[in-house]
Amino acid sequence: MPFSTLTDIQAKLNAGEITAVQVAQTYLDRIAKYNDDLNAFVHIDPENVLAQAEASDAYRAEHEPRPLEGLPIAVKDIFCTQNGPTRCCSNILEGFEAPYDAHVITRLKEAGAVLVGKTNMDEFAMGSSNETSAFGGVQNPWNTDCIPGGSSGGSAAAVAAALTPAALGTDTGGSIRQPASLTGLVGLKPTYGRVSRRGIIAFASSLDQAGPMTRTVKDAALLTSIMSGHDAGDATSVADAPSFDWLEACESKDMKGLKIGKPKEYFIDGMDEEVRAQVEAALAQCEELGAEIVDISLPHTEYAVAAYYVIAPSEASTNLSRYDAVRFGHRCDNPEDLEDMYARSRDEGFGAEVKRRILTGTFALSSGYYDAYYLKAQQVRTLISQDFKAAFEQVDVIATPTSPIPAFKSGEKTDDPLTMYLSDIFTIAVNLAGLPGLSQPCGFAQDLPVGLQWIAPAWQEDKILAAASAYESATDWHTKTASAFAGKGGES
Amino acid sequence: MSWEMVIGLEVHCQINTKTKAFCGCSTEFGAEPNSQTCPVCLGMPGQLPVLNDVAAKKTILTGLAINADINLESKFDRKNYFYPDLPKGYQISQFAVPIVEGGYIDIPTPNGEKRLGVTRIHMEEDAGKSMHEGLDAVSHIDLNRSGIPLMEIVSEPDMRSADEAIAYLKQLHQIIKFLGVSGADMEKGQFRCDANVSVRRKGEPFGTRTEMKNMNSFRFIKQAIEFEALRQIEILEDGGEVKQESRLWDSVKNESRSMRSKEEAHDYRYFPEPDLPPLRVTQEEVDAIQAGMPELPNQLRKRFETEFGLSAYDADVLTQTQSLAQWYEALVAAHPANPKQCANWLANELLGRLKELNKDITESPISAKGLASLLDRIADNTISGKIAKDVLDAMMESGKDVDVIIEEKGLKQVSDTGAIDAMIQEVLDANPGQVEAYKGGQDRLFGFFVGQVMKASKGKANPAMVNQRLKELLG
Repeated sequence: MPFSTLTDIQAKLNAGEITAVQVAQTYLDRIAKYNDDLNAFVHIDPENVLAQAEASDAYRAEHEPRPLEGLPIAVKDIFCTQNGPTRCCSNILEGFEAPYDAHVITRLKEAGAVLVGKTNMDEFAMGSSNETSAFGGVQNPWNTDCIPGGSSGGSAAAVAAALTPAALGTDTGGSIRQPASLTGLVGLKPTYGRVSRRGIIAFASSLDQAGPMTRTVKDAALLTSIMSGHDAGDATSVADAPSFDWLEACESKDMKGLKIGKPKEYFIDGMDEEVRAQVEAALAQCEELGAEIVDISLPHTEYAVAAYYVIAPSEASTNLSRYDAVRFGHRCDNPEDLEDMYARSRDEGFGAEVKRRILTGTFALSSGYYDAYYLKAQQVRTLISQDFKAAFEQVDVIATPTSPIPAFKSGEKTDDPLTMYLSDIFTIAVNLAGLPGLSQPCGFAQDLPVGLQWIAPAWQEDKILAAASAYESATDWHTKTASAFAGKGGES
Repeated sequence: MSWEMVIGLEVHCQINTKTKAFCGCSTEFGAEPNSQTCPVCLGMPGQLPVLNDVAAKKTILTGLAINADINLESKFDRKNYFYPDLPKGYQISQFAVPIVEGGYIDIPTPNGEKRLGVTRIHMEEDAGKSMHEGLDAVSHIDLNRSGIPLMEIVSEPDMRSADEAIAYLKQLHQIIKFLGVSGADMEKGQFRCDANVSVRRKGEPFGTRTEMKNMNSFRFIKQAIEFEALRQIEILEDGGEVKQESRLWDSVKNESRSMRSKEEAHDYRYFPEPDLPPLRVTQEEVDAIQAGMPELPNQLRKRFETEFGLSAYDADVLTQTQSLAQWYEALVAAHPANPKQCANWLANELLGRLKELNKDITESPISAKGLASLLDRIADNTISGKIAKDVLDAMMESGKDVDVIIEEKGLKQVSDTGAIDAMIQEVLDANPGQVEAYKGGQDRLFGFFVGQVMKASKGKANPAMVNQRLKELLG
């Protein structure tokens, strides 16, 4: 069972073959056994997990099961939860316990999910390798010398090693899709405004979006269907967003008539040649399934990383101002005065990457530099959106590699932030344009998973789900499991 | 050449909503510290603002009342600075595109009406309150005020004297009260003012300005502006230069002192608030707000002058507050014969008495109808104007009906010729010397006889009849 999908577990629960408590216990056992190897979870409360599972079994005994009845879901440490600490994997949130659940958490609970625990992440979601976490790095289950990607690296590793059948992440510049790609999972970043951001600790407000990390496209659709929907408590959550039947969108078995755009800017010199070959092969498979591959251009792609690393740090620099040691979180010992309290608390509380981005953002917004940086970056953002708009007049969806390289070795890029920033080169534009994007496994390079990224126009996740489901039904990449964590323990 | 002041004003006015600008917390004044807070206004992680649209509507109403343009799409920005009572480390404000732009206010001046430009009105949220007094080595923070909606009303630098500045502020204050968009209670800090002051020789370009921060009394503002202008003139006349800076007015020492210089000024790093989409309103919504516009002080003053024939002074007095104007209109409705007399009795007699009791018109023990029936009794000669004042005192004290008081106290006016003649005769008999003198040509003594007769009648004699009969009887 450990490597089961949500839909498999759901079927067994519905058939009465297993109970939610048994399911929860299976994964708790695996976490106990493997988490030390992976450092995927930073907070687990087994008693609470079992209590939720018992409550779910009791509910099922009396009622029709809810959409996620008894299904274990892990969540990134960026989601505020009433139970236990919420740290965003930062020392600045030392001792912080949120007195509220994120809106998404409420929705999962109302749908009957069993929340497994908090997963590791880059501090404040700033990173592409999960190495900036205050709780230490995460190992990639496919090769524990490698990083799992980031920032939702803990969620990725947890699902890839079957410590949970599914997890939630957040994606500001690729933080769901890139780790999903590097760990052989499906990761979906919904359209900006589809999922409420309330109660999710902000990194860059205009880019952040929560989404699922799962083994299959259908599981991703199932979770997104529960997570999404208007929240009056988030002014950027869109009311009356176009919707559709999420699960039905996953029934697609072929790609007849589908026009897939292949942007030349996403197949570039310097990318890993095996990754390129795997994605080319995937596109050839799509053609066999009936799709038409159309060469397109998204000409402003090369400016996306630069624009992102102005906009995201700018927003972050002010989003993180609230961590001032006044009301909660870390406060330095014996501050001399107010300035000292601010400076030392923040110096001690934030890690190097977070400080780098706060400084970058503060600089970019400073008077005299605003026009040259922030304003220019916003103009680039508009051009990138227009690129996609123009492209979607020719094609239905766009397919690209998710990451230019497979998972790299831990420590390999930590001293070189600029190279690290290029890990997100293929995912960032999607956030800047607010579009939905999904990564799914499409092969291996150097025995490490490779991801295929699908991009659709805003609110048309159904197109992505249909294409990805058709590809999934014709291939078996999604069934591959990290052998070091397979078949050992947790069988029930 | 003489010096001229140039003054521009920024008014921070609390919008009187039930709940805060971006969360559901109460805005009630004076509650237990931090009892009116929630994760949003405490700036807790992951919390998001949602605009209270009542605040937007009231700001639009204010904009319309000062003849301004309403931006159908306005934007929110973050104003960044660290302060312990600013939970998020930024204040949500409107910087690039405010909701209201380009209005004006007309003020009376000795040279006639003057039009003063209003640059903009934008919405923002208030910060909390830091408390240091009586605490040792710590400060306390009350965040009840954090997130309370404000509108900042920014004038053009159009004022040329402290009096013009005060006239502008009073006019604005009155408009805001009439609109019901703010309690505008200055003591509670609901209407606070920053004054930008510079001086120049007439006809020359603007001088360097200083900003006097956070004043909440008309008197202090006037003193501060005058002090600051003189300070600047002295510097310039000594050949010095005025430094651009923020200054604080010390109302105890009656002086201003430097708070921070231009170099020390915050870089607020304004940028668009990504948590709030642009605020969009339709022309239809603006029109609906316009349709609900109450009559404004200036309109009311003009109507009182033309419709009721009041002097500019009386019209001004009676339009100080909406409730007073309404009270006056109710009084005229109940006693339509003489609106000017109504104005006199309300403005001079009733308001005077209320002031002694430290009450305003809404707390008057006498209704408009009650005062009207008193005026009716004067008009029908039941009592004299002089007696009426005593009756008014009695009415205020007892709350009794005017006729009851007249009856009980036997104050009914004497208009019977026989009775009046008898009283006159008594007075003449008692004062033979004065009668002699009067007849000898001392006409001024006529007033003396009237007074004596009125006194003998305890004020009840009909004064017109006393006059007439005295003339006849004195021959």
